[in-house]
Amino acid sequence: MIAVENLIKDYGSHRAIDDISFSMEKGAILGFLGPNGAGKTTMMRILTCCMPATSGRATVAGYDCFDEPLEVRRRIGYLPERVPLYDDMRVSDYLEFVAGMKGLAASQVSASVKQVAENCGLGEVYARRIGAISRGYRQRVGLAQALVNDPEILILDEPTVGLDPGQIKEIRGLIKDLSGRHTIILSTHILPEVSLLCSKVVIINQGKLVAMDTPENLGAQVGDSSRLLLHIGGPPDQVETALGQVAGVMSVQRDGEAQADACAFSVDFNKGHNPRKDLQALIAENNWELMEMRSISASLEDVFIKLVTRED
Amino acid sequence: MNIRSIGLIYRRELGTYFSSYIAYVVIAMFLLVTGYFFYNLLASFSVISFQAQSNPMLERQYNLLNINETVVRPLFGNISIVMLLMTPLLTMRLIAEERKSGTLELLRSYPVSDIDILLAKYLACLTVFLAMIVPTIVYPVLLIILGEPEIMPMVTGYLGLLLLGATFISIGLFTSSLTENQIIAAAVSFGLLFCFWLLSYSIAFVSADLGKFIGYIALNEHLESLAKGVLDSEDIIYYLGLISLFIFLSLRSMEAKQW
Repeated sequence: MIAVENLIKDYGSHRAIDDISFSMEKGAILGFLGPNGAGKTTMMRILTCCMPATSGRATVAGYDCFDEPLEVRRRIGYLPERVPLYDDMRVSDYLEFVAGMKGLAASQVSASVKQVAENCGLGEVYARRIGAISRGYRQRVGLAQALVNDPEILILDEPTVGLDPGQIKEIRGLIKDLSGRHTIILSTHILPEVSLLCSKVVIINQGKLVAMDTPENLGAQVGDSSRLLLHIGGPPDQVETALGQVAGVMSVQRDGEAQADACAFSVDFNKGHNPRKDLQALIAENNWELMEMRSISASLEDVFIKLVTRED
Repeated sequence: MNIRSIGLIYRRELGTYFSSYIAYVVIAMFLLVTGYFFYNLLASFSVISFQAQSNPMLERQYNLLNINETVVRPLFGNISIVMLLMTPLLTMRLIAEERKSGTLELLRSYPVSDIDILLAKYLACLTVFLAMIVPTIVYPVLLIILGEPEIMPMVTGYLGLLLLGATFISIGLFTSSLTENQIIAAAVSFGLLFCFWLLSYSIAFVSADLGKFIGYIALNEHLESLAKGVLDSEDIIYYLGLISLFIFLSLRSMEAKQW
């Protein structure tokens, strides 16, 4: 559905996108992840034909972004990061304007606008001026204008930035509902968002592609160790030494403040080993108390930090 | 070219002019100043007329009692100067405002070509300009009621004002497409308009051939002949050519500023 090949974009002497290639199939949700200034917005602008790439090719729905921008634009819905809307227009007038601009037949405009306003929960503000509605509603109007012609592809640039937690949850729910029928690209620097929504993640940093996989695979990729969290009632120093001697354990770290007779430890061990049994035996032997034991899987956050900082 | 897109952007643009009160304020100020000019011209004409009753030599010497020469032609000159000051205020927001707020990026993600956007905005601004200039027809109508001016120079004079305004707007559209700062757009467009205007001052100091050329490219020289009642295709072609040139330059500037 979307294919990007060896894309390069220079702003003067600054290379914003450096030789990125990726592709995605219909119905997927692709998450663009990267720190601020990584080139996410630049990539979206190229895909929406707002600006041409310096070299390389980008095709959307089979049309080249440079050669046939109007065909591409007919098939996309775009929500820019700043959600630029005409503040002096009413929500209803604005959505009708956009529907007309996107080439909806005049007879369909009114029905489509009503439908999309309902789907995006805009009933309350439908007749209000855009300049007078809250940030959350503004974001929804932005999403509604992207959706009004039911495009095959949605390109959303940081769709949840600047919202309060409740609004973020609602917008994520909306996006989740849209997947399947639409192919969605969204950019974000909020990591949980990606693991919640996306079927595929592209991590970019300083214009370069650092990783591309499913969120689960990326989590598994992060290293060759696994981690256990143990909370043990017993003399901390003694426990720490004993834990370090269990077969397969690579390192032991105190996790949080130690009390006189209890402490939490995080224990890294080789992936091939399962030291749980040995640990239990050790605790029973010394007559300590096992208060908690759970495994911690590497979060996307770890992957991200590892991948992004590895560069420097 | 997509007529429907042009129509939609045109309506939206016109809506902004009126809902933001820009149109009302600019039109009101324009009419205030031109009305003041008209009043003074008419007052001085009536003073001269009274003096001429006691001193018939005045008329023979200066042709002062011709209402077309003493009121209508200076009035067109004054209106055109006020237009020169007011149109940059109408045009400065055309592209710059949308570029600054980011709505231009979103607008250009819709299936619409740049030339449609520019034409729609140009026509919307031209419409506001018409709303500004049409009420001034009251002045010549008053003259027709009170005196016996020649009609033809007034008609061609208005055609001249219309073409002049349309040219001002195309220049303003161009300067607005260069920047995202409205003040810069207005300042550059004032500068360009004044340069085109004041060129004719240099005619006296240069060689005859160069003077002829400068006279041809200076904006006000063409208005002069139209205000005299001379309808020359050369003047009309001049204005239409300049309008096309600046709309074309705006298009290039939109394409070049895609980043």
